[in-house]
Amino acid sequence: MTYFLGRRPLAAAVGAVLAVGATGAVGQQLMAAKSAEIDIVNFAFTPQTLTVARGTAVTWDNKDEEPHNIVDVPSDGKPRVFRSGAVDGGEKYTFTFNDPGTYKYICSIHPRMEGTVVVK
Amino acid sequence: MDKNSTAPTSRRGVLKCMAWAGTGLVWTVVGGVPRSINLGDEANAAEMAKGADFTFVQISDSHIGFHLEANPDPNATLQAALDRVAKLPKPPAMMLHTGDVTHLSKPAEFDTAQQIMKGSKFETHYIPGEHDVIGDDGKEFFARFGKDASSGGWYSFDQGGVHFVGLVNVLTFEKTKAGALGTDQIAWLEKDLKGHTASTPIVVFAHVPMWPIYPQWGWATDDAPQALAHLQRFGSVTMLNGHIHQVVQKVEGKVTYQTAMSTAFPQPKAGEGPAPGPLKVPADQLRSVIGIREIEITAAKPASVTDTTLA
Repeated sequence: MTYFLGRRPLAAAVGAVLAVGATGAVGQQLMAAKSAEIDIVNFAFTPQTLTVARGTAVTWDNKDEEPHNIVDVPSDGKPRVFRSGAVDGGEKYTFTFNDPGTYKYICSIHPRMEGTVVVK
Repeated sequence: MDKNSTAPTSRRGVLKCMAWAGTGLVWTVVGGVPRSINLGDEANAAEMAKGADFTFVQISDSHIGFHLEANPDPNATLQAALDRVAKLPKPPAMMLHTGDVTHLSKPAEFDTAQQIMKGSKFETHYIPGEHDVIGDDGKEFFARFGKDASSGGWYSFDQGGVHFVGLVNVLTFEKTKAGALGTDQIAWLEKDLKGHTASTPIVVFAHVPMWPIYPQWGWATDDAPQALAHLQRFGSVTMLNGHIHQVVQKVEGKVTYQTAMSTAFPQPKAGEGPAPGPLKVPADQLRSVIGIREIEITAAKPASVTDTTLA
């Protein structure tokens, strides 16, 4: 609920910036700013694999009555990049992916819930 | 009462459980084997209490902080469970809380839970559920409820001739995909049990079921068999778990497994529906599917367990 109010203005702002900042470093950075959503329904991430462009703000929307969290599980001993707190039923969590890579994540409360974000 | 000791879950008891929406179970350890008492059946409970050596209570899954339709007021149902415990014909020696004290591991939720639990005059021993360790590996939980615990959170104590062992099986979900104890804890358990004779009744309490009820939903503890190996020589072992918000029982040799109701809301039976999680029932029926458990232990007999709903 909290995050929902913030998302629409963000999308509008991004649109405005895209129109204005056609060139230059600032423009490129902002042009990359996009958003995408992953639903959490019945203890599953949908889509299970999401591919986005660098700079995309990915929002997980928990539509269950059960809390979930979103925890990066890096391989090869890499440092963890993101770990949400508990996202209660009806709440959302947003993380912006600035670096390319394949990010596998789970809900650590229900660890059979697995998903992947691929950042190009 | 004799019939109860041979058939711990009478039909009437089951119906009572169905009627009580809250988790509480009273355990009476009689002859080493706990049984549950239907808390609503006071005459029955009083009868059972005669000759009981030692009685204690298990409550579980209070989920303080939950606020959705399945139970908008888990504070009230936890309080109702404690009220029920306070009215037991035979006052229990103490209580166990088998985890998911809170819903989201938030400090304010722990504060509320502590306040409510302080209203009970019975000493309570806690072990965390996965909802108590979200994001901080149990730091908030252990600061409040783990003062007597080892650095890993597990501990044991002796009371009423029974050796109680509190195990933590919710801290490695990310790696194990289910409940797990880990090698350090199992090594500790082996050492902890060494000083006790085989005739000592053992009660093990942990959040996630210590036997594979439904691994697809995480209702299992991966390395429970390794822990069991150290418990096999004892004449009476009672495993008390929570996590699944319903009573499921299994007897395997001298080991009795028991999951308890929640004090907050029920969950579906294993595999019924797409996922576990809060099961919505009509508001006026909630207290018939949550409850408490009383356990009675008497030397040289199986513990008797009585599950009672809050209805």
